Amino acid sequence: MNWINEPWPWYVAGPLIALVMFILLLVGKQFGMSSNLRTACAAVGAGKAAEFFKFDWKTERWNLMVVMGAIIGGFIASNFMSDNTVEVNPKVAQQLSDDYNIISGGESYMPPEIFATDALNDPFTIAILLIGGLLVGFGARYAGGCTSGHAISGLSNLQLPSLIAVIGFFIGGLVMVHLIYPLIF
Amino acid sequence: MRYITYLAIGVLFGIIMFKSEAASWFRIYEMFQFGSFHMYGIIGSALVLGVIGVQLIKRKNIKTLDGSEMSLKPKDKSIARYLIGGIIFGLGWALAGACPGPMYVLAGAGYLSILVVIGGALLGTFGYGLLRKYLPH
Repeated sequence: MNWINEPWPWYVAGPLIALVMFILLLVGKQFGMSSNLRTACAAVGAGKAAEFFKFDWKTERWNLMVVMGAIIGGFIASNFMSDNTVEVNPKVAQQLSDDYNIISGGESYMPPEIFATDALNDPFTIAILLIGGLLVGFGARYAGGCTSGHAISGLSNLQLPSLIAVIGFFIGGLVMVHLIYPLIF
Repeated sequence: MRYITYLAIGVLFGIIMFKSEAASWFRIYEMFQFGSFHMYGIIGSALVLGVIGVQLIKRKNIKTLDGSEMSLKPKDKSIARYLIGGIIFGLGWALAGACPGPMYVLAGAGYLSILVVIGGALLGTFGYGLLRKYLPH
């Protein structure tokens, strides 16, 4: 039963993600994990503030169910199917420790330096997480989709707009990690 | 009944994201450092199968379970919104180390700090809704 606790290699995970996309297509929906944020805004009354949220969010309730499932899946996987470590490239772990004092590379799933609940005592950490989230939420809606909607769904359907968006994702990610990280951490 | 299906799809997705380590901050950082093939392999293999499957659906005109058309509408043409929106998303993806799917998975895994990221993402979505008419699309 090793496969339960061992991390799943890319050639297992990738095809399974494609499977999730096809199941959603079969039940008449589209794979995308960020439109639920719009649904959630609409559900709490954001339609009063902006036209963008004036739609019958109840027809989009299904994506809130997928979100609930994802939360449950994360709970099951981390508690019963994982030792919660990630073996990253040792060179990357070393670089994180040398440059940013993040010494948990290879030993944890998320760096406790940023994601331990205690780390929230530091306003800087809160700012990083909040701004990161803001950019993700704003950018995903502006671009009309996120990693799942564009990089998986859209590219599978050979959509040029999705290719442009994915190139944008990587420009943003590379700029953040290579140019902005050294300035802020 | 329908809702149980969506819940089950979410559970499957959550387990895949966590077990493949695509939800790990380290894997995202490593990806942007080109330190491993792992994330590229996940996206690439999903994509190869995705392209083949979508082509099959179109050629064989496969319908959804209840017989309607599949949601494979072409996306609106534009460069500005995809490029600018994409770059903003990418900056956040690398800063928070999580994209929308994994955020929820990590919340379930018990990383409470991710709730700050989710809160930010909701605010960002709301902000987009407010500013939408002033932005180039």
